[in-house]
Amino acid sequence: MSKAMLDNAFQTVSEAGEKAFVPYIMAGDGGLESLNERIRFLADSGATAIELGLPFSDPVADGPTIQAAGIRALEAGTTVQAVLDEVAKERASRNVPLVIMTYLNPVFAYGVEAFASACAAAGISGLILPDLPLEEEGLVVEALKKYEIALIRLVALTSTPERIRALAERAEGFLYAVTVAGTTGERATFVDQLGTHLQELKEISKAPVLAGFGVSTPEHVKELSQYCDGVVVGSKIVDALHQGDRQQVKDLIMSRKQ
Amino acid sequence: MAIYPTETGHYGNFGGRFVPETLMPAILELEKAFKEAKEDPAFQEEMRYYLKQYVGRETPLYYAERLSAYLGGPKIYLKREDLNHTGAHKINNTIGQALLTQRMGKKKVVAETGAGQHGVATATVSALLGLECIIFMGKEDVRRQALNVYRMELLGAQVVSVDQGNGTLKDAVNEAMRYWTANVEDTHYIFGTAAGPHPFPQIVRDFQRIIGDETRKQIIEAEGKLPEAIVACVGGGSNAIGMFYPFVDDRDVKMYGVEAGGMGLPTGKHAASLTEGKAGILHGSLSYLLQNNDGQVQEAHSISAGLDYPGVGPEHSYLKDAGRVAYDAVTDEEALEAVRLLSRTEGIIPALESAHAVAYCKRLAPVMDKEDVLVVCLSGRGDKDVNTIREAHETGGDSDE
Ligand SMILES: Cc1ncc(COP(=O)(O)O)c(C=O)c1O
Repeated sequence: MSKAMLDNAFQTVSEAGEKAFVPYIMAGDGGLESLNERIRFLADSGATAIELGLPFSDPVADGPTIQAAGIRALEAGTTVQAVLDEVAKERASRNVPLVIMTYLNPVFAYGVEAFASACAAAGISGLILPDLPLEEEGLVVEALKKYEIALIRLVALTSTPERIRALAERAEGFLYAVTVAGTTGERATFVDQLGTHLQELKEISKAPVLAGFGVSTPEHVKELSQYCDGVVVGSKIVDALHQGDRQQVKDLIMSRKQ
Repeated sequence: MAIYPTETGHYGNFGGRFVPETLMPAILELEKAFKEAKEDPAFQEEMRYYLKQYVGRETPLYYAERLSAYLGGPKIYLKREDLNHTGAHKINNTIGQALLTQRMGKKKVVAETGAGQHGVATATVSALLGLECIIFMGKEDVRRQALNVYRMELLGAQVVSVDQGNGTLKDAVNEAMRYWTANVEDTHYIFGTAAGPHPFPQIVRDFQRIIGDETRKQIIEAEGKLPEAIVACVGGGSNAIGMFYPFVDDRDVKMYGVEAGGMGLPTGKHAASLTEGKAGILHGSLSYLLQNNDGQVQEAHSISAGLDYPGVGPEHSYLKDAGRVAYDAVTDEEALEAVRLLSRTEGIIPALESAHAVAYCKRLAPVMDKEDVLVVCLSGRGDKDVNTIREAHETGGDSDE
């Protein structure tokens, strides 16, 4: 069920001739009690799906903004269990699919099978683990399959053609096209070849292709969406919510329609 | 047993390469370059040349007669890695990886450092081979090891102070990995210990095994037999695996890895990942790790900056579970006492890291025979630690005997 909710959301967007917009928030940043309200706000503002970060002490794929949000969340006492419990509360009424982004260790410590099962119970559709390359997938694939949670894979600018093919071939949920060589965080510009790279990915991917890392302005959203199925916006959303600037969040999400 | 790692970089259940996709191509390229270099006689010759003429190998295996007599147990030999250029075993690895960097056609290197030993060794070989060098070091360590920061800068390296987290070695590794991710096309990451994603644990072990290879030959010359026991300190595990690896198949040789017990295991303020940790994933590999129940990595504590790390190399986790090496911990206090002991009996001031191994001799001596031979890896010299040692002796009030 869970994975299907994500697939349906992308299909609806695509049938309407629109592009997907997936905002990222750090669970527990701003207090766990505000988590469901933030999810509702993002859904009402037009998010196609929501990426929910679970904080980890050593987030090597993240830049300063998300690192800081993770530290705030951990200092507020956020745990994996508390987030899953909170999210499960509004499972029945929620109309937007949720995807968890975290690192392997919190999942491993919880127990991979137990984590997949708890995710399914909370209505989570997919899982993104930036420190789990193809070579090590064996640790999680079976459990995720059993509970119908999509393993969302990342493809990098440095990925070789063979790796790109292997990743596109296995893509489920969506294929996360990392748009910069580096960590998450706002960027002014992207490399010239990015458009071609995204188009090539879209041609061969078994699932929608979303561009993410560094996407931070309405112009980025419009520009990158031309070449693929939509975008993921992390640091900019985290920052705007932290500043309490909800209008900026709405404007960013709306930019997918123009 | 010595066939590890597997093709995929696993040591039993441990090891692997848990890194972002952006780094995977570089990791695979490194693996290939390393395999080719190992088979290339010209590379081996180059290594031999620099290790002999520049590093000053081979290092002596010194019979510490007065220490042996004082402890009243076995004959204790010290493998003098402290006599290497730059003062520790770290340079065995940095020379090798810097030459690999050249082979891969890269001109820049990045590294993390805790105490500054690996940073100094990396800056040194970068100067030697004309590589551009950037070193990440935790803010707290920059403060504690100001002299080493200056040393690196004197050698032409750029030192970046890391504010994130508690500003120690773990945070420096995080930042070095992030920097590598953003600069992977032209930069090699000279990882400083036998941890990290495959192939680093293997590369570092293979460059450090010269410690054990030399020791084996030297002890047979000196004693006509292999030692009954070997002791080495374990931070990330590079000097220890370098010493242990050539003896792994010699079942009669007992091996002891000594971790930093900090303020004592019951206080929770220590760096004993193998003794007290649980399997988990940090910095690219699955290994024993200090973490809480929620999988958050905990800060390590040790008076010795080089052991102040919550993780450990995967081969040690494997050797622990296989029962081949016994791992234990000694406290800051025991290490400080060992610094004094070795200084007074032998005229050798050991690095605080190495002092952990020396301290363990005190525990082993009573249970070994007089005819037995015990080899200690003296991984580095204490010059860098003199200030820390002085402060601790003054505030700790331990008296002058
Ligand atoms: C002298 C010395 N010994 C030991 C270590 C610990 O590292 P490893 O466990 O990799 O040998 C260090 C690290 O800085 C060191 O400087």
